[in-house]
Amino acid sequence: MSSETAVSVRCTVNGEVVQRIVEARMLLSDFLRHELGLTGTHVGCEHGVCGACTVIVDGSSIRACLMFAAQVDDAEIETIESLAKDGALSPLQQAFHDQHGLQCGFCTPGILMSMTACLREPAPDREKLLETLGGHICRCTGYVGIKRAVDQVLDGADSVDRSTVEGAS
Amino acid sequence: MKPAQFDYVRPQSAAEAVRALAESDDCKVLAGGQSLVPLMNFRLAQPPLLVDINRLTELAGITEVDGALRIGAMTRTRRLETSALVTERIPVLAAAAHWVGHVQIRNRGTVGGSIAHGDPSAELPAMCVLLDAEMILVSSGGTRAVSAGDFFEGFLTTVVEPDELLTEVHIPIPAAGAVWGFSEYAQRAGDFALAGVGCVVDRHAGTAGLVAFGPSERPMRCPSAEEILRVDGLSLDRVSDVADAATADVVAATEAVDAEAVHRVATVRAMARKAVEQAVRMTGEQR
Repeated sequence: MSSETAVSVRCTVNGEVVQRIVEARMLLSDFLRHELGLTGTHVGCEHGVCGACTVIVDGSSIRACLMFAAQVDDAEIETIESLAKDGALSPLQQAFHDQHGLQCGFCTPGILMSMTACLREPAPDREKLLETLGGHICRCTGYVGIKRAVDQVLDGADSVDRSTVEGAS
Repeated sequence: MKPAQFDYVRPQSAAEAVRALAESDDCKVLAGGQSLVPLMNFRLAQPPLLVDINRLTELAGITEVDGALRIGAMTRTRRLETSALVTERIPVLAAAAHWVGHVQIRNRGTVGGSIAHGDPSAELPAMCVLLDAEMILVSSGGTRAVSAGDFFEGFLTTVVEPDELLTEVHIPIPAAGAVWGFSEYAQRAGDFALAGVGCVVDRHAGTAGLVAFGPSERPMRCPSAEEILRVDGLSLDRVSDVADAATADVVAATEAVDAEAVHRVATVRAMARKAVEQAVRMTGEQR
C-alpha cells in the first residue's frame, strides 16, 4: 500500500461513468466543475457552511466542498444537471419556478439537491424539508418563496393558491 | 481556498490503516472530513499524508453487547440519530445526535471523527462524558480502552496518539426506566453550541449524571448538580437549584472572565433548566 498525490477515480455521475486521474487534494466540487464541466454545482463558502455545493453521493446529500474527488471512486453522484429530464423540470424545480423560490439562483442547486434527497426518504413532510433547508443559506429570498415551493411540491400544484403570489408581485 | 498538497492512502482494513499510521511520522486520519476538510481548505491544517478510513466498513455499525452499545468509529452521525437500536436503548444519544450540524453534515460526519476531534462545543464528546463511554484505540503496539473522563484533555485535544486509530466507542446502556433530558443553544441552528446540557437520571438506582458543554475546554460533569438530582430526585421545585448548581460547577472549573464566557455560563443555566425539566416531565409520563 503506497500513498499517492495523484489518484485514479472512476465513478458514475448523473448516470454516466467517468474516469480521471486527479490530484489527491482536488475537492469534489472542483472535480465536478473543472474536470467534468458540470458548473451547476456552485461553490460558495468552501467550508461546509453555505450549502451551495450540495450534491447527492450514493443517495445522501453531502457537501461537495468537504469531500475529495479521490473519495468518490466507485460512487454514484447526482448533480443539479440530472434533475430536469428532456427539458422538463422536476416537480421540485417547477415548484421553485412557480413560487419564486429563487432570485439570483446561486444557492438554488444545493437546495434542490438536498430537497431531492429528502423527498426520496419515507414520508417526507414540511418539517423534514424545512430542516433540510436549514443547511443552506439564501441571501435573496428570505426563504419565503422557498417555503411556498415546499408547500407546492408536497400538496401538489393544484392546491396552492397562486393568486396570492401574483398579487404580491 | 484549496487544501495544500498531500499524499493520500486508502487502506482496505483497520490493520492496514494502523500500519499506515505507524509508518508515517506526520499524518491525519480522514473519516467524515466535516471538521478536518474545512481546516484543510483554510490551510489551518496541512497534513502531508491523509489516511482515508472510509472504506473500512468493519468500523461502521452499532451493536448491543453485554449491556452496552458498541458503535464503530465510521458510523455516520445520521445513522446514530436514526438508529432504532440507539433510540430505544440510549434515547438521549439519538436526541443529541440530531443537534450535530445539519443533515447534510450528519450524512457524512462520523461518530469517531467527532470524538477524536474533541471540540468542546460538540454534542458527541459530551454524550461520551455523560454516559461514561469507553474509547477503543488501536495501534501497531496493541489495543487500549480509555474512559471518556480521561479521553478529552482540552480544546481539540485528546489522548489519541499520532499512531493510534479510534476504532470503536462502547457506551453503557442506562437502566430502562432512566429518564433524560438534552438541550443546547446555538446562535444559528446547526452551528456549534454556545452551551448545552444533557442529563440522565435513574430514580430506582439513585444515580444521576449531568454534563455541561461549551464553556469549558472539554465537556464536564457537574457533581453538585448531580448530587441534588441523586439525593432529592427529580421535581419541578428543584429545577432552579439544579441549574444553579450546574452553573456553579462550571464557574468553579472555568475562568469566565470575558463577556462571551459569562454568556456561555448563563446559557448553561438556561439549558440545565430545560434539560432537567424535560427529564422531570418524563417521570410524569412513566407514572
